[in-house]
Order: sequence, then C-alpha cells, then structure tokens
Amino acid sequence: MGLRDKLTELREQGLEEIKNSKDLKKINEVRVKMLGKKGPITSVLRGMRDLSAEERPVVGQFANKVRDDLTEAIEARRTELEQAALNAELAAEKVDVTLPGTPVAQGQSHVIQQIIDQVVDLFVSMGYEVAVGDEVEQEVYNFEKLNLPKDHPARDMQDTFYVTPKVLMRTQTSPMQARMLEKHDFSQGPLKMISPGKVYRRDTDDATHSHQFNQIEGMVVGKHITMADLKGTLEVVAQSLFGDKLQVRLRPSYFPFTEPSVEADITCFNCMGKGCAICKHTGWIEVLGAGMVHPNVLKMSGVDPEEFGGFAFGLGPDRFAMLKYGVDDIRNFYQNDVRFLNQFDEKG
Amino acid sequence: MKVSYQWLKEYLDIDVAPRDLAEKIARTSVDINDVYSLSDGLKKIVVGEVETCEPHPDSDHLHVCQVNVGEDEPIQIVCGAPNVAAGEKVIVALHGARIGDNVKIKRGKIRGVQSNGMLCALQELGFSDKIAPKDYDEGIYLLPDDAKPGDSVFPYLGMDDTIIDTDVTPNRGDMLSIYGNVNDIAAFYGLKPHFKELAIKKEGDEKTADLVKTTVNDEKISPTYKLRIIKGVKIADSPLWMQIKLWNSGIRPVNNVVDVTNYILLKYGQPLHSYDYDKLPGHQFGVRHANKDEKFTTLDGDEQTLIENDIVVTADDQPIALAGTMGGEGTAVADDTTTVALEAAIFDPIMVRKQARRLDLHSESSMRFERGINPATVETALNEAAELISELAGGEITQGIVTASEKPAQDKQITLSLSKVNHVLGTNLKMAEVTDIFKRLAFPATVSEDDQIVVTVPARRWDIFVAADLYEEIARIYGYDNLPATLPVMTRNHGGLTARQKFIRASRHDMEGMGLDQAISYSLTTVEKAKQFQIDPVDEPMKLDFPMSSDHVATRMSIISGLLIDVAYNVARNVNDVALYEEGRVFLPKGGERPEEQEHLAAAITGHLLANSWHLDDQPVDFFQVKGIVERYLHNLGIAGEIAYVADDQRPEMHPGRTADILIDGQLVGFVGQVHPTVAKDYKIPETYVFELNLEDLIAADKVANEYHPISKYPAITRDIALLVDKNVTNADVLAVIKKRGGAFLKNIHLFDVYSGLHLPKGKKSLAYTLTYQDVHNTLTEDQVNKAFDKVTNALVDDLGAEIR
Ligand SMILES: [Zn+2]
Repeated sequence: MGLRDKLTELREQGLEEIKNSKDLKKINEVRVKMLGKKGPITSVLRGMRDLSAEERPVVGQFANKVRDDLTEAIEARRTELEQAALNAELAAEKVDVTLPGTPVAQGQSHVIQQIIDQVVDLFVSMGYEVAVGDEVEQEVYNFEKLNLPKDHPARDMQDTFYVTPKVLMRTQTSPMQARMLEKHDFSQGPLKMISPGKVYRRDTDDATHSHQFNQIEGMVVGKHITMADLKGTLEVVAQSLFGDKLQVRLRPSYFPFTEPSVEADITCFNCMGKGCAICKHTGWIEVLGAGMVHPNVLKMSGVDPEEFGGFAFGLGPDRFAMLKYGVDDIRNFYQNDVRFLNQFDEKG
Repeated sequence: MKVSYQWLKEYLDIDVAPRDLAEKIARTSVDINDVYSLSDGLKKIVVGEVETCEPHPDSDHLHVCQVNVGEDEPIQIVCGAPNVAAGEKVIVALHGARIGDNVKIKRGKIRGVQSNGMLCALQELGFSDKIAPKDYDEGIYLLPDDAKPGDSVFPYLGMDDTIIDTDVTPNRGDMLSIYGNVNDIAAFYGLKPHFKELAIKKEGDEKTADLVKTTVNDEKISPTYKLRIIKGVKIADSPLWMQIKLWNSGIRPVNNVVDVTNYILLKYGQPLHSYDYDKLPGHQFGVRHANKDEKFTTLDGDEQTLIENDIVVTADDQPIALAGTMGGEGTAVADDTTTVALEAAIFDPIMVRKQARRLDLHSESSMRFERGINPATVETALNEAAELISELAGGEITQGIVTASEKPAQDKQITLSLSKVNHVLGTNLKMAEVTDIFKRLAFPATVSEDDQIVVTVPARRWDIFVAADLYEEIARIYGYDNLPATLPVMTRNHGGLTARQKFIRASRHDMEGMGLDQAISYSLTTVEKAKQFQIDPVDEPMKLDFPMSSDHVATRMSIISGLLIDVAYNVARNVNDVALYEEGRVFLPKGGERPEEQEHLAAAITGHLLANSWHLDDQPVDFFQVKGIVERYLHNLGIAGEIAYVADDQRPEMHPGRTADILIDGQLVGFVGQVHPTVAKDYKIPETYVFELNLEDLIAADKVANEYHPISKYPAITRDIALLVDKNVTNADVLAVIKKRGGAFLKNIHLFDVYSGLHLPKGKKSLAYTLTYQDVHNTLTEDQVNKAFDKVTNALVDDLGAEIR
C-alpha cells in the first residue's frame, strides 16, 4: 500500500470516527489521536523522506489536505455538539410563559382628579393660568362680590355651611373670579384663568347629592372678549371631553354673576340625540353653565365694565364623571372603595 | 310652569308642532322639563251613554249597565260606582283599552255577569288626586250631556292638549303666565299676539268703598294692594273649559270662584285671593308683619306659629291670610258663600320667599310673588276675575276698586350702542337687525345719531335693568345657534402650571408610581377625628355653625383620619389590601378670621402593598415598606437639607415603638408609622401604616440643583464590617460615627444585615455594613484603605462599645 492509499484510508477512518463522536470529550480524543504529534498522519509524513523528489510535493500536498479536511470536520462536529448541548440546557430552562408576571406596584389617580387634570391641561394649552382658591371663604367673595346680595333668591339654591356670618365653606369656585379680577394687572394683557377645587353645600348625602363636590371655574376678561369666544371655548371643552362628534347647544339661563347667561348642552352620547333615560328623552345633556361677566361683578372688583369685559363658566367634574362613566351614585367618589377607584385606569 | 299648547294657540297663530315649539323655547327662553299629553299611553277610551242601569243580581253595590258606545248594539258593563245612572254620559274603557298606570282592560265576568269594559274615574285615566276635581272623589266621572257616544273622550277632557312643562329661572317670573309666554313666543317667531282681556261690563250702584276699607302702613310689604267685592254669588262648579285649563296646568278645580282666581293666576301671573266677606272678622283690611308667636290656622287646617318677619293680611287687625302664601281656614270661599272679597296685590318677594320657605308652604301664588309681579296687570287681572265670577257665579260687582297702595307700572329706558352690542356678542349685526329684534319683543326702540339706540322696556319685563340684560335679549332672539364660535385672540400671557402646582401634581404621580391609589375623602368630619393625627397639633378645629349631620361638623386638621374611614369601608367589604394616598387641604385655626389652609400629603396602607403572587414571598406591609415610600418620595423631590427619622413615642394615635417623626434640617415636616392598635380598633381596621407630610414645608424646602458629577475612572475598594452593639444603639448612631470618621475617600455606606437572633448575647444585636472607598484622582492603595477603615473600626469600638465580629 502506497502512502497515498494509506492517507486516503486514514481520512476515511478519521471522518467516520468524527461522525460517530457523541460528545465534546470524544471529539477531543479524536483530534489528539488523528492530528497529534504521535498520530498516524504525522507518521505518514515522516515516511515521506523515502519518496522520490517528484512524488514528495504531491503526497505532501495531499497529506496537508487530509489534515485540513479532518481539522475542519472536527471543528464542524464540535460546533454541532456545542449547539446541541446548549439547546439541551435551554430546553431544561423552559418556563410556563402563561404563568402571571410578577406584580409591580402602580396606583391609580382618582377619576375626578383625571377629569380635573384633563380640563386643566386643555386650558393650560390655551394659555390659561391655574388659580387655586381657599375652601374656607369670606361671605363677601362667595356671594356679595358675585352680585348675590343678601336675600338674593339664588342664595337659597346654594344651602351654605356657615362658620360665622362672615365666613363659610365656599359653595362654588366662583369666588376666584372676584379674587383674580382684583389681583390681575390688566396692563399685562387679559386675565385667562381656570380654577378647580372642592366646594361644599349644606345637603344630605344621597345618590345625587353630596355635601362635598368639585367645580372648575373659568374666566377670561380683557378688552376684546366676546360671547362668540365663549361659545367657541365651550365647544372645545365639550368636544374634547366627550367627543368631537357631539353637538353643543346653548340655552338661555340665569346666574347672578353673568349676563347674558347660558347653559351648554351636548348631544346625549348615549343615544346620540334620539332620546333615552340618561337624557330624560330630550337628546341633550346639560354639561356646564356660563355667561358674560356681569358689569356689577367687574365694577365691584374695580374693573371698568366700559373698557373690559369677558366670559366665565363653571362645570362639575363629579357630574362629568357620572355622565361619562355612567356612575349612578355620587357617594362612590368619596367612599374610596378600591374596587371602584381601580376601574378608571385609562390615563387621559 | 305647565303651559297648555292649546291655550297659547288662542292668542297666537303658531303653526309649529308642540315639540318643536318646546325646543325653541328651550333654546330661546327657559328650560323645558317635559313635553307630554294627559292622553299619552292611553287608548280605546270613548264616550258612552248609560242606557239602562240595573242592580247586579249577586251584589249589593254593583250595577249592570247597557252602555251605548256609538255602535249598533249597546255593550254590557258591570260598574261599582255609586253615581252610575241611566242617562249619564260616561268614560268607557273598551275591551283592549289601556288606561292609567299602563293597565289593560279586558272583557270578563264580574260575579258571574259578563262585563265588556270599564266605566272610569279621571284617576283611572292617570289624573293625580292633586288635579282631579273633588266632586268625583267617590265614583266615576260624568261627561257633559253633549258628548257623543263612541267619540274619543280626550278632546272632551282637554287630554289631547300638549303640555309644555317649563323650568323657569328665578329672573324670568314673567314666564310664569300665559301672557308672558305669549309675548315671548311671539318675539321668537315674529308673530303678533292677539291676547284677549275681559273688561267689566257692568258695575252695581253700591260702592265698594262702603263695604271695605283698606290701608297699608308699610308699602315695602305690599307695594300694591287692591280689593273688589262681588255680591250675591252662587257657588257651583266652574265650566268644563275652565276646569280643563286648570287641570292641564296642574291645578285642581274647586268651585267657580276659586277656579277663576287660579285661572287668572295662570293667565296673567297675578295671584288673587278670594275671601268670604261675611266670615271676615271685620272689613278694615290691612297688611302688616306678624306679631311674635301670633297663631294662624291656614287653609290646610294647620295652626302656624308666626314670627315677626312673617307678613299677614288682616281684617280689623286679625290675620286672615299669610300674605302671598296661603289663606286662612275660617275665611275661605265655601259652598255657602254669597259675597266675595277679591284681593289683587303685590307682596315683597323676599318676605314671601322667607315665609314660604320657613313654613314649607310653597304654592303657585308664593312662587309668583317670589319672582315678582307685573305692576301693569294687577288691575286688569282683578277686573277680569270680577267679571268672570259674576258671569259664572252670578252676583253683582260693586262700584269701584278700593286701593291701599299702588306701585306705578314704569317703563325703563336703556341706551345701547350698536358697536358695543357687536363687541360683546362677537357679532356683526346691523342696526336694522337689532331694531327688528326690539320690534318683535315689542320694546319700543328709537335710533339716534351715531350708533345709539334708546330702548323702552315695558313693565312686564321687570327682569331687565341694564344694557347687559338687553344684550341677552338680542342674543337669544337672534339665536345662540347663529352666534359665531371663535376663541379668544392669542395674547401675550402663556399660562401654564406654577411651580407649586407642578410640585403637587408630581407628588401625586410619585405616589401612584409607588402603588398607592388616590383617594378623595370628606374634609368635614367629627371634632374628635379632626383633631387626630395632626403633624403639629392645634387644639380645636374650625366648627360649622349649623351642621347638617353629626359626621360632618368640623374641618379636618389631618388627612389620615379620613383615609382610615376609607380603609374601614374597604375592609368591611372584604377588600383587605388597601393602599391609599390623598393630597388635599387641612384647616388649622391660628387665630385669624379664617383657618390656615395647608396642603398635605398622606397615605394609609393595610394588608399587602403588592398583590399576592405565586412568585413572591407573602410580605404584609410593615413600617419599613411605608418608610421606603416616604424615602423614595423625598429623594425624588431632591430635598437639599438633611432628612432625619426620629423615633417618637408621644403621638397618641400612633404605635409608640413604630413611629418616626420626619425632620428636614431639624424641622418637623411629618411622621410615619403604625396606627396605634387601640385607635385601629376604634376605626375597625386591621394593622395599618400611615404617613402624613406637610407639603407647604416640602415646597418651601431648598432643593438640590441637578448638576453633573464625573464618574471616577479609578477602581472602588470595599470593606465589610459586622458589629455587635447594644440593642438600643440605632442605625443612625452607627452611621453618624462612620460618617464622622470615614475620611475623604468613603463614598458609600450600605447596611446589608440586621440580626438580633438567639445565638447573640442578650440585649445585643448585629449590624453589618459595606463601606465603599474611592478617589476621583488616583487609584487607592490597600494601605490607604486599611488606614481609613481602621479609624472607623476604632471609633465604633470607642464611641459605641461595638464589638467587631
Ligand atoms: Zn339620551
């Protein structure tokens, strides 16, 4: 048998052994055995010196090729075995991906807070400042300066928690109208403010009445503020809170601190105007009250009604939340049942 | 006001469907409660004529009637009413009819006798007792003789009319009359109303002034007071047309005198009162304030005890009516009345309102007096009522009106400028459009040079005082729907949240990010709860003068007590994991007119902060979890000062061993800890942890400015140390020593173990820390670190008696 044949045989034998190696240890043994210094290829190469000068390079080249083939086969097999070992390990690490994830702490803002923040953000984006007033108010600001003198019938509609004859729990956020009118420097431009907060009425708590609830007051006063601006503003509010497909209807109304006064209704979002129980079969839902600031209010706060004018509006986040989510009992908002609070997890 | 569509049509040529008219009224004038007919939901109810009426063979009160219902043959109906009789015209609900309360009528047998329908009372057609005439209280309703058998009964009873129920705002008292509605609706549609007034045709020779005298000493109480006398009346039912108008307006027909006064009240908005002249204690009329504790028995039979603010009409100084509110029992017109004294007056709106409110006697009259009366129609209404009474009840109207006081009906002149109208409304109206609106309102208006309009407002619109009131008239008649919708022109002010508002909002978001749900609790609570859990206690809370409920009498001085009520509410409903926070006001009386309002942040946690999981150890909330929330929150705020947690065993509502005051540079800003078990028991809550922080202090506190610190390129070296110390040596004590002796390179101290287990000497505990050393400029040598570490170790041994393990 010539060297060439011997090499061919070694190659076949080596490839067979590589193929049959089942683990990394075995493949390493094969490598040492076949390609090591004491291995058969080395000894074949040692026998080359007996060859002729013509044969020597040819067989040498062939021997190198055999060695390269075997090296390559060993590496390929090693990679294959490593991959298999890794796969086996990963298979053993498999988890049930349908098990629930680990809970992460996350609280929830109150539904009324969400509505207040939404309204506040909307007005802030339109350049309004946010003015927050005291909840214990002076009678003068809660009533007198809003064109509600003593014995005014509208005072009966707002049963009041008095502390002293001059101090009370505010019944509305409107006192901020007078306070801001007094404070504002009109040489710096118009007053544009929004004022959210808690208000109090001397009511017995039941499904539709709460002695504590929230209001958001808004007011714009300047030299060029019109009732058309009020209408446009109310449309933006109603549509951004309840959806832009809804229509807004203004109706004459009465508030002592505005003239003209209007109430704004939106198309009932439950029946889209066809009439249902929620809208008492009118197709409309009342969402806020508004009007042009009464000249007496401006005058009492030291603002000249000949030069300045504007609008004011008020809305009730509690009522909004009840309408928007169909909450049928206002007490839910103040009992803070966690199961109730967690129902309103959509942000914005 | 329940406004009859048919009544309006008597004075206005409107061809608008009732529902559309109601919508127009809502958009232009006053709100609408409801639009309905008394016949809504009823069917197959016809006129019948009782041909024969025989006793039922098997009953002592039932009758068997043959009733002509306009068909070839009469139908047989069994009826139990005592007033059923042959020849009467009756209301028949046929087989298949639907009557009031959604009841269906079917043929059937009554005690063995076939009955093919039902003879009805008005109540069975859905009339409430408040409007059904008293005459038919027992028995069925009898229709007029000219009713045609087989016809629907609805037109005979006015039940086919549509009622537009308006919700009148306090300023629009004029809309509480048909007269006012007619005028306003005429303006919306540009119609000319043909309102009919009835004048007195004939007065007797006898002078009214010889029969009654009247003086009003205080014209503030009654600016207008007038009387007429009708002699020789015969009390009977009023005609059906008048009864229909009354019941459709929600008023019960009584008799031909009382009904006339109510009819006039509806038509003109002028309440009238009729007295039985012969039953009066005297004939010198007056109006005055009541005497303290004066007694008066009202029409409904109740004896009222009056106060000095009340107002009464008197005869010879004896009260005969609560002015504007309710008449007296003894002087009311009754079946035996022959002479009627008829009063038309204006009473002070505020006095009437207070009286009606105090005595809870709200009536159609008081409602109108409260909102004002048209001085222009007092006499018109009085005359028309007298004429109607004499027409319907016979009798003679005596000569002249006796007047005690009279408020003149004055028109007001208001000057407007067209440019200001457009400026306020944002419109572009032309002068002709504005003058047309005043023409439709029937407000005389003259245009002077430049753009001035002088508008004359008639007395019937007493709600209009100033130009702004006329802007409203223009806007509503022009139509709010036609008003353009714009936004205020952009201005220089940019708005936005203040730093304080951003701080508060960020605080809320922090709390939510750490797993707490936002609560909004009541600010009004009991005095006891108001005083609990204060950060820096004040003695007494602000108290309401006249609370509504014993649960809400004082303003809170901490938020925690409200949160514990919320926790109790949840726990009582088997919700056992509760983590709530609240941000809001507390009210601290500090001697001023009003209390100081402070913004606070508080939380209450019970059960588990994290929901139970297959993947986590069950870890009920404890002091350190809640403290961790506070620490993280204060860290997020970037408080610059030194924050310390100091054990406090003096807070009465808190666990004495598990409560820490929170201090910033030595100033108390809040506390954290476990609610005292005794207090928890009072609130009916399990183990609960709380904290409360004064946000005013946190807002005011100096904050660390964000600035960049390069990260050292040189390696950090750590050393661990475990100490055995006395049990009462605190972590803070150890940290203080380490910090003091740590040297310049000590970058961080981390507590990694606390142990006070069994195999430690009694009264000892073990604390283990990792100290990290690093230099920004060089690599530290082992020697440097060892030296620094030895200093710390020695100090701990010397200062705290620690044993290094
Ligand atoms: Zn609806």
